[in-house]
Amino acid sequence: MKGIFDYFRSQKPSSAQVAKERLQVIVARERSSRSGPDYLPALHRELLEVIRKYVQVDDEAVQMNLENQGNCEILEVNITLGDRQ
Amino acid sequence: MARIVVITSGKGGVGKTTTSAAVATGLALEGHKTAVVDFDVGLRNLDLIMGCERRVVYDFVNVINGDASLRQALIKDKRTEGLYILPASQTRDKEALTQEGVEQVLQELSKDFDYIICDSPAGIERGALMASYFADEAIVVTNPEVSSVRDSDRMLGILASKTRRAEQGEDPIPAHLLITRYAPERVDKGEMLSVEDVQEILSIQMLGVIPESQAVLNASNAGMPVVLDDESDAGQAYRDAVARFLGEDRPHRFLTAQKKGIFGRLFKG
Repeated sequence: MKGIFDYFRSQKPSSAQVAKERLQVIVARERSSRSGPDYLPALHRELLEVIRKYVQVDDEAVQMNLENQGNCEILEVNITLGDRQ
Repeated sequence: MARIVVITSGKGGVGKTTTSAAVATGLALEGHKTAVVDFDVGLRNLDLIMGCERRVVYDFVNVINGDASLRQALIKDKRTEGLYILPASQTRDKEALTQEGVEQVLQELSKDFDYIICDSPAGIERGALMASYFADEAIVVTNPEVSSVRDSDRMLGILASKTRRAEQGEDPIPAHLLITRYAPERVDKGEMLSVEDVQEILSIQMLGVIPESQAVLNASNAGMPVVLDDESDAGQAYRDAVARFLGEDRPHRFLTAQKKGIFGRLFKG
């Protein structure tokens, strides 16, 4: 049986753990855009604007990730339209 | 030829100037003739940390503009043999640090010194770029805290692309990680990023870990580089870091929480 302390512990990661996970995500994203072309932030903004002509989405809806695979540069764009109502 | 080392971080208030003073003094204590240069135009502070603020007559920008010779502007440290300070200018003209001027001063210093420590200002503007541009090596000062780690990563990106060596297509300059204000008790409680966490995110070689310490504030109050305080944990940690920088293999200390017994508390106060 789980004690009440274990219950809270398993529910809530430590603040240091949260910090580490947030950093890993943002640092990875900033590294990929750093090596990428300068137009990425502008492209990101415009994609959001275009999507918002049709659907209302959050600022987080468009996630972009630039990857190098051999001679090929791949721009991965993920668009989340949000919950279906 | 001197080796040029930039002390940088991106974020302000993490301990760049404290580290510049400590590392420069530590190198001089090891017998290397060292100059420490304040690149923070407009916000001169290295002089205060080194305790020579009342002896500033000429500054870095005076030398660049030809108003003073390097010999006139360099302040000889009174405590440590072979240590000299070049103070920053307090001009509000941010353009005062020209690339040609900085290069000329560093070249002239190179003739006489073994090490030139460049104390970078915070941010990623001219002063910071000039402090790192001619560097052979970098020490990135980071606090175990999200904004500092992120800014350090950004600074590592700049070091990899915006130094003279990078622009000339040579190998990027080696960067060492120095974690400051580390509190092992808080790490144990899960309140602070651990050394391993920070190193994993930034993935650069670890030069040292300086514990959060009353000694650092005491040293800056007195205008004495903390590395001269042999008794203190922070002073010893800086001595270790300097020894590692010079190639010595020393184990890391002060990484775990001190469990003080009742006697320890009574006698150590």
